[in-house]
Parts: sequence; C-alpha cells; structure tokens
Amino acid sequence: MQLTVWTYEGPPHIGAMRVATAMRGLHYVLHAPQGDTYADLLFTMIERRDARPPVTYTTFQARDLGSDTAAIFKDAVAAAYERFRPEAMIVGASCTAELIQDDPGGLAKALALPIPVIPLDLPAYQKKENWGASETFYRLVRTLCGPKAETVGKAGRRPSCNILGPTALGFRHRDDLVEIRTLLDALGVDVNVVAPLGASPADLGRLGEADFNVVLYPEIARAAGQHLQKTFGQPMVETVPIGVAATIRFVEEVAAVAGVDPAPVLSGAPSRLPWYSRSVDSTYLTGKRVFVFGDATHALAAAQIAATELGFKVVGLGSYAREFAREIRAEAALHGIEATITDDYLEVEAAIQASAAELVLGTQMERHIAKRLGLPCAVISAPIHVQDFPARHSPQMGFEGANVLFDTWVHPLMMGLEEHLLGMFREDSEFHADAAPSHLGPGHQPLPPPSAGEGGPRVSEGRERGAPVPERSPPLPPAPQAPSPAEGGGSSGSAHSTWAPDAEKELKKIPFFVRGKARANTERFARERALPLITVETLYDAKAHFGR
Amino acid sequence: MNAHAPVTAFENEHGLEIRQERGQRAVFCGLTGIVWLHRKIQDAFFLVVGSRTCAHLIQSAAGVMIFAEPRFATAIMDERDLAGLADMNDELDAVVGRLVARRPEIKLLFLVGSCPSEVIKLDLSRAAQRLSRSLAPDVRVLSYSGSGIETTFTQGEDACLASLVPEMPAEAANAETSLLVVGALADVVEDQFARIFSEMGIGPVRFLPARRAGAMPPVGENTRYLLAQPFLADTARALEERGATRLAAPFPLGAEGTTGWLKAAAEAFGVSAGRFEAATAPGLRRAEQALAPYRAMLAQRRIFFFPDSQLEIPLARFLSREMGAELVEVGTPYLHRGHLDREMALLPRGTRIVEGQSLDDQMDRCRQARPDLTVCGLGLANPLEAEGLATKWSIELLFTPIQGYDQAGDLAELFARPLVRRTRLEV
Repeated sequence: MQLTVWTYEGPPHIGAMRVATAMRGLHYVLHAPQGDTYADLLFTMIERRDARPPVTYTTFQARDLGSDTAAIFKDAVAAAYERFRPEAMIVGASCTAELIQDDPGGLAKALALPIPVIPLDLPAYQKKENWGASETFYRLVRTLCGPKAETVGKAGRRPSCNILGPTALGFRHRDDLVEIRTLLDALGVDVNVVAPLGASPADLGRLGEADFNVVLYPEIARAAGQHLQKTFGQPMVETVPIGVAATIRFVEEVAAVAGVDPAPVLSGAPSRLPWYSRSVDSTYLTGKRVFVFGDATHALAAAQIAATELGFKVVGLGSYAREFAREIRAEAALHGIEATITDDYLEVEAAIQASAAELVLGTQMERHIAKRLGLPCAVISAPIHVQDFPARHSPQMGFEGANVLFDTWVHPLMMGLEEHLLGMFREDSEFHADAAPSHLGPGHQPLPPPSAGEGGPRVSEGRERGAPVPERSPPLPPAPQAPSPAEGGGSSGSAHSTWAPDAEKELKKIPFFVRGKARANTERFARERALPLITVETLYDAKAHFGR
Repeated sequence: MNAHAPVTAFENEHGLEIRQERGQRAVFCGLTGIVWLHRKIQDAFFLVVGSRTCAHLIQSAAGVMIFAEPRFATAIMDERDLAGLADMNDELDAVVGRLVARRPEIKLLFLVGSCPSEVIKLDLSRAAQRLSRSLAPDVRVLSYSGSGIETTFTQGEDACLASLVPEMPAEAANAETSLLVVGALADVVEDQFARIFSEMGIGPVRFLPARRAGAMPPVGENTRYLLAQPFLADTARALEERGATRLAAPFPLGAEGTTGWLKAAAEAFGVSAGRFEAATAPGLRRAEQALAPYRAMLAQRRIFFFPDSQLEIPLARFLSREMGAELVEVGTPYLHRGHLDREMALLPRGTRIVEGQSLDDQMDRCRQARPDLTVCGLGLANPLEAEGLATKWSIELLFTPIQGYDQAGDLAELFARPLVRRTRLEV
C-alpha cells in the first residue's frame, strides 16, 4: 500500500484509452464501475477533443456484483458493436473489474463478432499508464499487422517508413509529428503509416509494407517496433530527435537505413539554437544549475540538450518511468550525479531543494514545486495539462522543436543584458526588492516573499485551468523531512545562525534576484559549520565556497 | 450495462412523466465529493483506500496540482496487499501513521472506501475503530464509501455526512427546539442564512457539516432539520434515527426556492407572517433585481439536463418557473421521491424526468431535440459543443455558491453565460 498525494501516471487502462482514442475505427469496451468514466474528460477537456473517446464502459454497480456483471459486459460489447460498427475492438477491465475476474476476453470471444476482438490484460495493481499504452499498441500491432507484405522492389520508388508512437493526450505528439513528417519528406522518405495517431485497424495491416520503422516515443512504441523488426525484418530508428544533435543523428540514421543522402537536410542552419546559444547574450546561461525531471524520453533528451546545447550544468535528473531507470541512471552518471527515480513528488521536491537548482525543467507538478521555491521553470513532459495543448504549433522534436526548446527554457530566466541593467538600477524605486515585476502592472500585489529565491523572476505563469476548482491553497504544513520553503525553509538554518546587522546590510547590496540564493547558501554554509553568527566574513566565505 | 433493459415510464401524482433507464452512465463516483468536502471541514483529511484509478480520478476532477499539499490522498493498494487481508490492515495502519505524523493539524480522518476496497470487502469501519482507539484523543477516524459501485457523485457527500451523524453529540432532552441545516454550503451562504434565521428569531441554528471537526452540532428529539441539498437520503435517515424531524421544503435555489425553504423553517418555529416578510423582503428584492436581466436571455430557451448531481430537479424548477425556460428532458441519477416532493409539485405538468441513464440513447435524444442549452458533465460538454449545442458544465453548480437570495443572480448567470458567449463570438 502506497500513500499517494498525487500521481504522475494514471492506471494502465488510461494508456489503452490513449491508443484507442488516437485511432479511427477502433472501439474499446472497458469493464469498469460507474465513476471510471471520468477518463473521458481527460480527452475532451484537457486535449479539447471534439468527440467522446471511442470507449464503452459497463458502469456496473454493487447490486450487479455476483449476479450478472458478465452478462452486462457481453451486452455492452454487443451493443457497442451494433452502434459503432468498428473495424476492430479491444476489450479489458479496469482495476475493479480485474478483481471480479469476469474474463472480458473470453466473454467477447463467445459473441463471435465478425471483427477482430483483442483482449487486453493490463494488471492495474502493478502497472501504469505508459505501460498500458505500450502493451495495448503492441497487442494491436501483433494481431493486426498481417502477413509479410509482398516485397516490392526498391527500384523506382521512394523508401518508406512507419512512424510509431504518437497517441492521444501525448505531450506535443501532434506537433512533433508535423516536424518528423517534414524531415522525412525532405529526405525523400515516404510515410507509410502513422500509428496509433490517426491509424485505422486496416492501416495497421499495412505496416509490413514499409521499409523501416521510426519509433518516436519508446515508452509507447518500442515493444511494437521490436515486434515488427522480428516479424518483418524492418529496421527500427530509435533515436529520439529532440535537440539539435539528436535531430542530426536521427536524420543520419534515417538516411543510412533508407539509403538516401542526408546532406541537403543538414546543410545550412536548419535550427537557430546553435547560433542563439553562441550569441553573447547567452553567456549568462553558462553553468546555470538545472534540475530535470519527466518521462524517460523527454528527461533524457533535456539533460543532454541542457548540458551540450545550452551550456547549463545538470545538477539533478530524474524520471517517474521506472521502466527506463537504467537509461536515466546512465545519463545521470555522465553528469556526475545520482538519478532520482520516483513517482513521489515530495521526493522530487526535496531533490530539487537539495540540488540548489536555478532552473527546473519538469512536468506540471515540478512547475508548481518551482513556483513554491521561487524558481523559474519550463515544462518538458507529461503528465498532461491543458496548457500542453497550445493553439500554436509548438513541437519538441526536429529543428523547429530545438528552436521551441531554446525559447521555452531560456525565457523563464533573466536575460543577460537585463541582468546587468537590473544590477545597475537596483536601488531605483522600480527595482527595489519588494517591487512586483513591472509587466504585472501597478495593481499587482507582490507575492509573499519566497525565501529560497527572492523575486523568482519572470516565471511565466498561465492561469491554472486543469479543472474548474477555485484556487485557494490550504495552509502549508511543515513537512518533517523536507521543510517547505513557504514555511521558511530557505532560512531554516537561522534557528542556529543569526545574521549580524552588518552582514544583513551587505546581503541587501546583492541584486535581489540572486539574494535569496545567497541567503540560503550562506545559512547552509553557517549551519554546516555550526557558526552561531553570520558576519560579512561568513557571507563572502560562503560565496567563495559555493562559487563556481 | 443492460442496454436492452426496457425503459419504464409512468405519470406520477404531480403529472410528471417519469422514466427509468438503465445502461451506461457517464457520472462521477462519490469520491469526487472530497473535492469540496475537504475545503468545508477545515481540519479533516480524506484518505481514499483504493487504486491508482481513484488517485487519478480525484486529481483529474480537482486539478490537484494547485494545492501545495492537499488534505486528501490515496492509499494505493498493490498486488502485495491483495494477496492477504491481514497484511492489508497492517499496511493501512502504517500509511495512516505516516500521514498523521506528517499532518499533525489533522483532527478528523475519513477512510474513504472505493470500488476495489468494497469488492475485496476490506472492512474500513473496523479499521476506523481500531485507528480511532490508537490515535485517540488527537485524531478521530471515521469511514464511509465513495465507491462508484455504491455512490454516484454527490452521494459521496451523503455518505460522508451520514458517517458524521453518530458522532454528533446528543442534545439535552429538555433542549429548546433547534434548527439544523444539513448539506455542505459555501461559508458565505451559511452566514447569509444564519443572519436571516436570526432576524426571524429562529435559534439556535446549526449547520452540518461544521467547519471544524470538533464543532459538529448536537442532535436529538428537539432538532428540526432542513436539507440544503437534495442528495442527502442516508444522512436524513441517520438524523431521524437520532430523533430529528425533517422540515419538508423545496431547495434554496432561486428566489422562490429560497423563500419556500425559509418559510418551512418559519412555519415550524411559529414565526409571524409579518416578521417573515420583514426578514426576507430585502433578500427577495435583491434576488428579483439580479434575476431580471437574465430572464430575457433564458425565457423560452429549451433546456436538456443530463444526469449528474441530483440538483437537476430543483434547477429545472428554477429555470422553468423563475426564468421561463422550457424543459426538454430532466435527467437525474437518482430521484428521491420524498425529499423532492415539494420540488416536483412545482414543475410544469408533463415534464419528462429520466432517472438513471443509458448514455448513448440519451445523447441520441439530445441530438434529436437540439436544445438551446444542455447541462452535462465535463466528458460530454466539448463533444456536444462541437455538434453545435451550447452546454453548461454541471460540476460548476457544485463548486460555485448558488443557494440563497444573494446567489440567485449568479445561478442564472451560470446558465446564461454559454448563451451570451455564443452571441459574442464571431469566429
């Protein structure tokens, strides 16, 4: 039994729904009690889909238990077939129905419907959403991919590939797909089938016609890709093209597999990121301490990009995807750090605090943690939020994706020139420590001072709109292991050390946007050395100690 | 889902067409009530004993990320727990121990049963007794079920309040007659009602649930209670077992409903007509003033309710009688004939009420009727909008203060907004 305040992933049948909802002509009959239908709103509200997911729930109740839940399921399958006439169906159970052991697969089979009916076995008490998506997609591909296609001679036609992995409710899958299609087209490679997004069961029957597969999101499509590799001998391109270097590698790999020339696609300056990163204003990015957390695909990519394409220092790396712990740990080792593999956000919060990060790249949850810690943050990964479906084109993959990453990771930070100007004018009335950011206008009340990073400048904050609940946080209780900064965590050392007045005065001379960090570091320094009084000396000793 | 179950229809004593439908339901389970209950009882914590689905439901319905550390959580059962029940009780005790250590300000802990905990027959009431003994006197532990197999959406609040009733202190046998208002209301609404009751000279007036765990009101033979919400069947039964008497009334939605609701109390407490008039006139006048502009927008509009919160019948009465709207179909997950009798008497004859749901059939009827406004859950709203139907999310009717005279205008505005928006947009 695990105490969970918040979860990064839903149960595995949500993963199955992401696959079913992405496809056309497929229907999912889910044996589930009333209430499990909440899942519809993920698709209709967060992703703003204009149709209900193609899911029929049995919504059995207590009075049905022990009598006729199996009959309810069979009726639901039959009725769903009659009404929706899908090309294929998937059937399975949610956590509750798993316990009553009605065998959805067997019951559906007994109806002898004239379409493929694929039973899903998604153990709800062991596995989670991404695993469920992967397993569902794999089962669909295995059942529907058909026999090996007649080998069409390669001569006189363009090479072709399948794109595997994009789903409904995927983090920027919609926009990534546009970028990848553009890249492949520029390389002279045709796209045979994209799946699951937009594919019909019949399309899955044509997978074997492609020369190779591109696996965009290994969490979802690696298992299916491996199956196709084994069955059809289709090579699999698995490099995730997030970031400039990874996109170049991706293009070269595709070109090698397809037997085409990558040079035209790579020539010139396909992404602005390299120049933007080399331009002098970016000097201030050097060695910025960044904490990365997300699903495996995005966290791994972000760590590499942060270190090698933006010149940040990766001081924390983690993921909630335990299936990919090995890869994450290996990447963390390259940065000389220990990976945080957990699905407990309180542990992530503690790790972020301990890392003394200056920028957080995480999920929506880390965005909230960062807000509490007064740190700038950019969102790089699911769990999904209504803000992750922007109206504009906003890919993560490909060369345009790299441009988007530069903007979204750098904009929350203070710009280089701006930093100097603020230093120059820091005693100006507009720039004093308690002033609210000018773009918020005169009516804006400054937030209660976040102690860990005063000012927390320019964290771009949209209106929270995950669900229509009035916003009012309950009071923050002090957590025993990890003191919450809003409770004074940043100055938690002051129980042991007090500031001498002259040291306090000196601290005020430090620009406000780094003052919080200076205060926290100094207090930590004093605490570690059991210094009862923080003097000007201590302040500068600490500065030297933590200086990079 | 019994898609082939026959639909039964009959005309009731108020001349309403009542149909019962069985099939796929698109409603939340009772766990959802935690979203507003934890805000109402400010030192209570809600621990769902369930699955990852339960945790995911609550955070999806509540947008939990906005909370630093919410006063609710899920103890997620895993394979190891399902192997043996004795182990599960130990695990639960350990989880509660960690929770209480982490949140020392918690005075009342609800163990909330879920579908999986009900199916495996995990006895949470015994667990609650055991934990109550070990955590006394700092924390009281109660249990109720919010499972989808037993409760629909707002029935979770009913189950929660019903679990509080045995904990309420006994009123002295010779206590003066008191009024108990039952059902979670926004604090601001409670305060308004308290002022009106006080002007009528009714007292003492208490509210269930109280805002603090230690301040739950007493109950006894001299308690007269008014339901502020239409979904409190079990709570009402439990109160009556403690000797309390229900005052039959419509629900305090809209000016008319509020007046009727207050009047029931006034009559029971022998308030003179003049004093009632004096206490309610200012509120009534403000409500009329606030409602007037919306009447033009809502009059003759055809409205279709999907079943959701059990508030549908009083809302339909408000829209029909005070706003002049036409009722195409009033779906409700469950129809409590006793508690809603006064409401049904006010509905136009021939109104079609559908109890229960068969989702696809109901969507067919809705599409065919093409109402001007469809009140439905979050899962259906955008799909119906995409088909050209204006919708109102029903969940907002629970998260927004809508009861009483001074909220009547806000209530009308919630229904008018989707229609107004349509007249503004030119894209």
